[in-house]
This record gives sequence, C-alpha cells and structure tokens, in this order.
Amino acid sequence: MATPGDNLLEVESLRVSFRTEAGTARVLDGVNLALRAGEIMGLVGESGCGKTTLANAILGILAANARHEAGRIRFAGEDLLTMPRRRMEDEVRGRRITFIPQDPYGSFNPLFTVGAQTFEVMKWKSPLRAPGAGRGIAGFLSRYPRARRRTDAKAIAQMLRAVQMPDPAAATGKLPHEFSGGQRQRLMIALALLPQPRLVIADEPTTALDVTIQAQILKLLKELAKSGGISVLLTTHDLGTAYEICDRITVMYAGQVVETAPVDDFFRRPHHPYTVRLLDSLPRPGRALSEIGGEVPRLIDPPAGCRFHPRCTRATAICRSEHPPVTQLASGHEVRCYHPLTEAAPP
Amino acid sequence: MSQPPLLEVEALSRRFPVRNMLGWKIGSVRALDGVSFKVRPGETLGIVGESGCGKTTLGKALVGIHRPSGGRILFEGADITGRSRAQRRAVAPKLQYCYQDPGHSLDPRWTIRRSLREPLVAHTALSPQDRDARIAGILEQVGLPLTHLDLYPHELSGGQQRRVGLARILTLYPRLVVLDEPTSGLDVSVQASVLKLLRALQGTFTLTYLFISHDLAVVRAMCDRVAVMYMGRIVETAPTETLFAAAKHPYTLSLLAAIPDIGGRRVTDTFTLAGEPPDPARPPSGCRFRTRCPRAAAVCAGSEPPLRPVAPEQSVACVRA
Repeated sequence: MATPGDNLLEVESLRVSFRTEAGTARVLDGVNLALRAGEIMGLVGESGCGKTTLANAILGILAANARHEAGRIRFAGEDLLTMPRRRMEDEVRGRRITFIPQDPYGSFNPLFTVGAQTFEVMKWKSPLRAPGAGRGIAGFLSRYPRARRRTDAKAIAQMLRAVQMPDPAAATGKLPHEFSGGQRQRLMIALALLPQPRLVIADEPTTALDVTIQAQILKLLKELAKSGGISVLLTTHDLGTAYEICDRITVMYAGQVVETAPVDDFFRRPHHPYTVRLLDSLPRPGRALSEIGGEVPRLIDPPAGCRFHPRCTRATAICRSEHPPVTQLASGHEVRCYHPLTEAAPP
Repeated sequence: MSQPPLLEVEALSRRFPVRNMLGWKIGSVRALDGVSFKVRPGETLGIVGESGCGKTTLGKALVGIHRPSGGRILFEGADITGRSRAQRRAVAPKLQYCYQDPGHSLDPRWTIRRSLREPLVAHTALSPQDRDARIAGILEQVGLPLTHLDLYPHELSGGQQRRVGLARILTLYPRLVVLDEPTSGLDVSVQASVLKLLRALQGTFTLTYLFISHDLAVVRAMCDRVAVMYMGRIVETAPTETLFAAAKHPYTLSLLAAIPDIGGRRVTDTFTLAGEPPDPARPPSGCRFRTRCPRAAAVCAGSEPPLRPVAPEQSVACVRA
C-alpha cells in the first residue's frame, strides 16, 4: 500500500507476535501504512485489533514478550527497526516522534509539580539539545545548561498559552491532581509538542473526557498539528472522533489493515463489509440498532483466509481459504476484500 | 399519563463533607441539590450530564447506597427515604442498581454461578433447585450459554460481563432498574448488542429504566424522556424528541453541539463552549452554568433559576430560555 515519495512514515508488511501461555498470538500480521507529512491519520478498530501494538512498535516500546518477525518501519527515510538503540533514544523517540497517552491521570507522577516534570522532559528532549549531549562525566556535571534551560522555559510558557491553559504562569508550580482531566490532557499535548516533533502518536487521547471537553481538545489538537505541519497518528475506537479531525482513515481488524481511504470518501462510500457494519452499529436517530454478530477472533488461532469471514454476511468459499489481496478502488481508497460493497452481494 | 408514577423524587439533595488535612469539616459539596422528577411505569428516563454532575450520586441515592441529606423518594407511592435498613430490604428487590463496570463489581474469586445465586439467597426463600432453575432461565434471557456459569469474571469479554451484571439483577424480578453508564467502555458493535438486549429485557420483564449516561447518541436511541443535569441540579427535562429538536437550556444546546455528526458539519470547526465546570465546592452564585454560558446576563448571577415548564412536558431552569 505504501508508495515511496513524500511519505513521512511507512510501515511495510509488519509482523509482530506475542508469546503467551496459550501459544503465539499474531497481533500484527502484515500491516501496511503510509503517513504523509502534515497529515492526520485515524487508526480505527475495536479493542484487541492491534492499534496500540502498532503505535508501540513505531515508538519502539513493545513489551518484552513481543517478537518482531518481519517488515519495516521507515520514518523520514530510515528504518526504525534496525536503528541502534542509543540513536533511537537520542534522536527519535520523544523528539521526532512523540506520544500522547490515553489516560492523562496515570501519566504524570503525582509527587512532582507539572513544571518539574516538564523540565525533566525538556532536559533530554528539547529541540535545542544536541544529540548525545549530557552523557558521560562532563554531562553529569552540567546536564542541563542554564542558557538552554532559560530558552526552554520561554518555549514552555509559550506552549502552555498555545494549548490554552488557564493561568499558564501558575500552572508549572502546581501538582497534577490540581488539574482537571481536560487540563491534564492539554498539558500532555503541550509535552508532546514541545520537542517540535514531526510525528505525534495519539493513543485514544479523548476517550476519558466528557463530550464538551473532547470537542475542545480535538479542536486544539487539530489546530496545533495543522499550523505546525505535524503528522498525527490517532488511534481511536470512536468513529466520531476520527471523522472530526482526520484526513485519512485506516481500519484494522484482528491485526490486519482492511480499508484505507480519505475521510470523506471513507464515510460516504465504505467498501469493506466490516467497516460498513461498524458504521451501522453506531446509534443513529430513525434507524434500528444493528450489531455485528459473533466476536473478534482470538489471535492465537485466527480463522484462515479473510479474518472477518466468520462474521461476514458476504463471505463465500474463497474468503474461507484465501487471504484477500488489496484492491485499489477510487484514488487513495484501498480495501482488502473479495466482495467489497461496490459489487452486488454474492449469491 | 393517568398512571401514578412508579418513582417520585422530591427536592432530593445529598451533600458530601469537604475536610481539611486535620479532618475538620470545612465545607460541603452539594452533589445533588433539589432534584425532583417522576418516572412512569414502563418508561425509560435518561439522566444525562458530564462527569461530576451528580448523576451517579442520584442513582445511588435512589437505591439506598447513599443516604440523602434532604428531600423525599416515593416508590410505588410509599416514602422510602427515612426507612431503616431492615425496612428497605422489602423494597430492595424491586429497585435495583446496575453498576457501571461489572468487570469490577463482580467478585473475581466467585464463579458466575455463585455471583448470580447471591441475590436470591439474600432476598428470596427459594429452594436450591428453584434458585438454579431461575438462574438458568435468566441466563438464557440475557443470551449467555449455561456453560458460562462455571467461569470466572476475567474469563468473560466486556460485553458478556455486562450481561452477567444484568442477569444478577433480573433474578429478583425488579420493577425499576437504575442503569449506570451501561455501555461505557464497550466497542460500538458490542454496545449495539447490549442496547438491543436492554430493550428486549424491558419488554420481557416489564421493566422501568433510569438510564444514566453521558453519551447523548445512546440516550437518544434508548430513552423516552431525558433529564439533563449540571452540577447537582436538573437544568432541563423533555421528551427525547423534543430535547433533540428544540432544547432550550444553553447547557443542553452545548452538549448537543458537541456530539460528532458523521457526514455532517464538524464539531471541531463550530464548537464554541469554552472552559470547564467550576469547582463543585464553590459553585457560582445564581445559575451555576453562567460562568460558561454564552447567553449569561446580569440577572443570572442573582438567584438560582427554578425548573419551570416552557412547553408541554418540557421544563427548563433558565431565566433567558
């Protein structure tokens, strides 16, 4: 699916598995994903479909029992999977790729002020820090040069205003519990943007928030990403959130990408039966509720062929035996299905 | 309309003390402040609001988990507010509370069978055989196989846990069920199946629901009437269709404006409500929403606006509506 050129991030046939007591779970099975510079991509799917694993794989923070089996993750032309660990830490993770977590409650240390934690991040991840600086004995003696700290402090104050923190000057002296959930998520966005990243991975950033606060935070994230030309990979299970701020949407099911499309095309003409059923299961006025029968398959022994076939009403013999190839439909609209909803239902 | 209400709540209030480091009471949070409404038999009343608005406190006060600080609760015409524990037990089977997350409210060390048996042991005089027969019948109604009886809660999926949570309540044949966020944390496809089940059960068991949720799309699909809460008070009540077509309170309008409308205008392009709810220990004078309200005027700071009827079945607590 990935085309070379102006893509910032390219994930190519990535396979990641987890060793568990019950066997090997293939959580990512041949995932392809391409993200252009400045684009907001929504990664949508139900729990257990592998979206968080994909985000963690890009950040290089997979759990110890995870095994990377095949594929590449190219970021700005370099393969992140073969990059030396030291360089990944020094230059990429937390600097060129940053992360906004789902839970702003659990992501701050409750014992330190927000300011102390922000400076701790900036000490290592500030855009002004030269790679490798602050290591070794010389670094131990003056790890956070005062001049840089002063410049960083200005950047922090500016960023707190940019995320519309009420009373930004007082914010750095407060402890995390003194902020509401929405304000903590604003702080998280500030922390993610301070290192001036090229890619931000946002893992369900508004799931824990109320609707009115969710609308505020999504609006903020969209404005800041667009004005800074930052790419965002937004994982969410909420199609409404994806509709709000994404340029393109990728749907995952049971560890595989099943459909990718530009946002308007995606919601107007979904082609994969899973996508269609997912959209139909949203409660909407004037329409009966419809569910997807069955359950998401276990990834230890996934069904052969198309992984959605046991729940799919359009499945035929070929779906049960062969893994469907990617079909290009309209421009930029790709689907992995033998019977996409462009054709009549098979007999 | 002519039927007497199943549940009547009058000026219900509940205060939680705020204590300082030494444990001295230095104030109180009015989690519920003069809440009044009626629930008719067989209807589904939605209680909507953001976190901290008091909707869970309301649900828990109704079933006796919280003791109200003031006001009255009339269930089937009888005042149940001041009753002792022993007296309440008579009402308990008929008035049940379904916890938000059954994954946490089911005992992890008990099998599903034991969890389902407990309410029957506590509230009925059924023989063990009759208990098992009733459990088997209920389990079928909520769409779970009998084999699940010997599983532990962690072996079930989120949707199945909700079904067990419901089964646990239904074994007592309640009349009114308080559903606290029955679908929060579920995937949309699972949510749809749980909502369908709730509707089917309402028909089978002739249930009345008090449906607490922050998700207006779900409320719209499920409820006959809706009450919107803000900081411990009801600010608007209306039949569901009226509320979505012609809401009057500025807070309700902001809530409606924040729902993503797939295929329509984007909320992030149009949404204007700024700020967050104020500290509940120090609510603003007058109307509690006035600090965020786009239509606030000097008159709003004066006294708290009472809920007043503006249309048939619709009441609004706003002087400017």
